[in-house]
Amino acid sequence: MGLKQKSTDLRNRMRNALKGGGDKAIEKQKAIGKLTARERIIKLLDPKSFHEYDLFVEHAAKDFDMNKKYLPGDGVITGTGLLMGHPVCIYAQDFTVAGGSLGWMHAKKITKIMDHALKLKVPIIGINDSGGARIQEGVNSLAGYGEIFFRNTLASGVIPQISVILGPCAGGAVYSPALTDFVFVVENISKMFITGPEVIKTVLGEEISMEALGGARVHCETTGNAHFYAESEEQCFSQIKSLASYIPWNNSAKAKNYPKKSPKTRQYKIDNIMPGDAKQPYDVRDVIKAISDDSNFFEVMELFAQNIVIGFGRLDGKTVGYVANQPMYLAGVLDVDSSDKAARFIRYCDSFNIPLVTLVDLPGYLPGVDQEHAGVIRHGAKLLYAYSEATVPKITLIMRKAYGGGYIAMCSHHLRADFVFAWPTAEIAVMGPEGAANIIFRKEIMSADDPDKLRKEKVEEYKKKFANPYVAAAYGYVDAVIEPGETRSMIIHALEISAQKDVNIPKKKHGIPPF
Amino acid sequence: MEDKKKKRKRLSSIVVDGGKYMTNLTEKYKNRPRYQEYDPCKIKSFIPGTIVDINVKPGRKVVEGEVMLVLEAMKMRNSIVAPCDGRVKKLYVSLQQMVPKDFLMIEIE
Repeated sequence: MGLKQKSTDLRNRMRNALKGGGDKAIEKQKAIGKLTARERIIKLLDPKSFHEYDLFVEHAAKDFDMNKKYLPGDGVITGTGLLMGHPVCIYAQDFTVAGGSLGWMHAKKITKIMDHALKLKVPIIGINDSGGARIQEGVNSLAGYGEIFFRNTLASGVIPQISVILGPCAGGAVYSPALTDFVFVVENISKMFITGPEVIKTVLGEEISMEALGGARVHCETTGNAHFYAESEEQCFSQIKSLASYIPWNNSAKAKNYPKKSPKTRQYKIDNIMPGDAKQPYDVRDVIKAISDDSNFFEVMELFAQNIVIGFGRLDGKTVGYVANQPMYLAGVLDVDSSDKAARFIRYCDSFNIPLVTLVDLPGYLPGVDQEHAGVIRHGAKLLYAYSEATVPKITLIMRKAYGGGYIAMCSHHLRADFVFAWPTAEIAVMGPEGAANIIFRKEIMSADDPDKLRKEKVEEYKKKFANPYVAAAYGYVDAVIEPGETRSMIIHALEISAQKDVNIPKKKHGIPPF
Repeated sequence: MEDKKKKRKRLSSIVVDGGKYMTNLTEKYKNRPRYQEYDPCKIKSFIPGTIVDINVKPGRKVVEGEVMLVLEAMKMRNSIVAPCDGRVKKLYVSLQQMVPKDFLMIEIE
């Protein structure tokens, strides 16, 4: 055979492998609104940038007549490409080939591209669409999962790891996404659970649909396992691209700088956002937009624990991570879920050199037996740990209430915020005026002729004396009391001069956060 | 403006340390489990499963440690024993019934 014939042979082999599961299986995939694995990669990455490897990998299983089966690419596509102009490693499970089931060689392809990503210090993107372990391959498919989890853990905090769930992802398979930084899901397409509805029904007698058990909405709203919710695969891909524009490519790089842009001050003006009555809510995202470049805010985990808001924005072209109490939901209190949500985001930002901007307005922790019994002590401690441990520039703005433990937890001076600013409307106190007055003046109030009247007077008295930023400022716990209009310029300046921040933490293997 | 007014109207409130704050409640908060005090006379399933054996009837006396039911779950037969001496007040399950977790099975008096 000459070169020409050999080239023809190669092309034939490629054509064969590129067929995936064949026309019938592809039709089935399309009928439920799903793209094929290769289409997904091509749509997500920059045009013509995808290069595939290991196309000719085949499984080596012998049992259960597997030796007679040809599974193109062993059900997974791997390669490299560009996302927003930056190199990435990527894999996509191909559901049309044996249900995207994970066998030993399938896993080997994934771990090989993960090893590349870690060595080349570029992000790894995994598109999951798999029925689970390939049962015919027995313990080898379990070994495959284990090898993936191990690499997820090694790569954690070194390179960004993005999981995209575009199909079922069940049993042990869900633990790879759970170990990665961000999980993207799509309505009606993504399904994640440890134990499926079938098993739950036969063993336990509880009937539940797959969507209700582990659909996209459940994981975005209730469990917090997923970070981004989309209604279509296209929308999901554009979310991934947006995220990619904010984050650095590895832990020794910084996020890309964009041209500076002023906020849209006509639309978002702090004076108009803040209600006159301090007990009334407002949308803290409007405050973020009022200070961010071009009033852009890319929210993470929008639907989970809405009482805290996390996400990315830019100040003078540079990425920052925002953590903000949201008075619109549950008055912005801290609880089990909001502490978990914020703590993990803080650790993400710290790992990837993204400065933190914290906006504070909370009355404290959510009271309730369910919270106490769900371990709000342990979960709340995560937030303290994450803020204390973070060595990126930390800027805090106290807008209104900062009471009690909530004041400390929200990146106070004491957890080593580099700069703490407060608006004149800030109330920094050991607790709210009502609670404090009730305790301090309990005897007087109890023995008064008109306890309610005296209570009101005492609450007012306490408010006047302590419900302001000046007591904390007098101790130096607030670095500057500023007018809301100065917020953006003060934060930008603070970040500018903190750019070379260098702090020493005691040498250790790793800490023991209250996971 | 109309919209804003509507929004204001639908606000709920939560109380923290005596302060009452106007806000929205999340679905998860609304559906949170309510605390119930533990009552040793009410025997609830500690795991979802199937009732595969019933040894008692309403009105029958039981002694502490006596096996009243067998609850099969995850291929294990769990003996449900009387926590104290007493009488079966009411039986809420039948043979081969599948019960979810925390399902009231027997009441003792």
